[in-house]
Amino acid sequence: MKYRKIALAVSLLGLASAAYADNHTLSRNMASACASCHGTNGNSVGGMDPLAGMPKDEMIRKVKDFRSGAKPATVMHQLAKGYTDQQIEMIANYYAAQK
Amino acid sequence: MTLNRRDFIKAAGATVAIGSLYGCAGGAKGSGHVVVIGGGYGGATVAKYIRMWSNGGIDVTLVEPNPAFVSCPISNLVLAGEKTIADITTSYDGLKKHGVKIVHDTAIGIDPAKRVVTLSKSGTLSYDRLVVSPGIDFIWESVPGLTPALSDGKILHAWKAGPQTVALRKQLEAMRDGGTYALCIPKAPYRCPPGPYERASMIAHYLKAKKPKSKVLILDANADVTSKGPLFKKAWADLYGGILEYRGNHSITKLDAASQTVEFEFGDKVKADVLNIVPGQKAGLIASAAGLTNVGGRWCGVDWKTMESTAHKNVHVLGDATSATAGMPKSGHMTTQHAKVAAAAIVDLMSGLPAPDPMVIANTCYSFVSAKEAIHVAHPYVFNGKEFAVPKGAGGVSSARNEPEAKYAIAWAKNIWADALL
Repeated sequence: MKYRKIALAVSLLGLASAAYADNHTLSRNMASACASCHGTNGNSVGGMDPLAGMPKDEMIRKVKDFRSGAKPATVMHQLAKGYTDQQIEMIANYYAAQK
Repeated sequence: MTLNRRDFIKAAGATVAIGSLYGCAGGAKGSGHVVVIGGGYGGATVAKYIRMWSNGGIDVTLVEPNPAFVSCPISNLVLAGEKTIADITTSYDGLKKHGVKIVHDTAIGIDPAKRVVTLSKSGTLSYDRLVVSPGIDFIWESVPGLTPALSDGKILHAWKAGPQTVALRKQLEAMRDGGTYALCIPKAPYRCPPGPYERASMIAHYLKAKKPKSKVLILDANADVTSKGPLFKKAWADLYGGILEYRGNHSITKLDAASQTVEFEFGDKVKADVLNIVPGQKAGLIASAAGLTNVGGRWCGVDWKTMESTAHKNVHVLGDATSATAGMPKSGHMTTQHAKVAAAAIVDLMSGLPAPDPMVIANTCYSFVSAKEAIHVAHPYVFNGKEFAVPKGAGGVSSARNEPEAKYAIAWAKNIWADALL
């Protein structure tokens, strides 16, 4: 019984780990779209806001405010409308972890 | 049997630890050799991102004939004398630091069965996966009387940034005050939809200041301005009245190069001091040579989830050469986004994984209407199971031309060059 439990836990772990890797890769891929303007991994070379290391909650709030129109922008209010809440969160997670 | 809460927490905790290792320690991912044909926005970006995302696991060889990258975006500012060719040129040394091997040569053939690329001078290259990012080439028959030699001498296109950009600038500098600069625009689709209108605006800006008796004449094969129309037209009326004239529905029927005269469908003729003809366009030559142009014999069909060609397996096509869906412009920015979709897919596929879930991609394109003011068009694109499409209500253009966007346009260029090449 005990061994079966461990076996199940291990296999579940494998699944969860694969899911994490998928999720991490997708976050990285989604975030890379922003890099064309904001720099590789969010390290802007100037003139655009750096995203690397931006606290997660701050980015989520900003992008959602762009999307709703609460925060004025030249471009971001138009681009933010392409993203769901979950996608914004994924991207914010990725950039919060960058240096 | 059910898993109790404590077991689940244990499993989840271990997962976080493994996940962190996966995300940060990052050993090499994927193996094999990718050849990239073309070192423009798409080719440079895909080469760098494959090296980066595979942690150096995948070897990348980039084939590009030119010694350095010269950007089409911002090149209209070189024509106007606001920037130099050096300002829009970036070395390939940055890519070398990522471990990309650069071969300065031209690809002339692809054998998709044997997975071999033939180069013009330096033999052959074998690949596991190939990326073709060749940009555009011209349909010379679209302008009766125009030849490649004329187009590289007297009647320039300057639609690939580089020596032609410098040559067209010299023609404009040599033009007399009171002369006419005429720009002939081909039928869409062509590279950079707003590019011709930005060019006309910036040349009008230059002439207004330096040779105010001169004229800019836009002779457009399309019925109307194909991008940012109301914004360009307002800038022309406000800033270049009496200098710039726009004529739509002007398809060239004949060029007489000796007299610098073009004739049009409806019988009118125009003689210009500087005649800048942008011919009709198709995917870069290697694409048709390799049998990749399976859409109208002109553009390359791709599976948008991976950018893999619908003609040949293990060959991915990016950028202007693709048969982009309606609303997806042939732009440098768009091409870098194709490159990231392709890099993500290639790294996963070469690691024995399935292709990744689709990401959201975006295009942002700035156009200068004077040295100090710019306008933009921007759209996000979401994969709908078949292709990328703009969600309803998303995207748009500037509300009016403005100075901050001229600064953003330069910042955009510096960041996208760094993201592709450094």
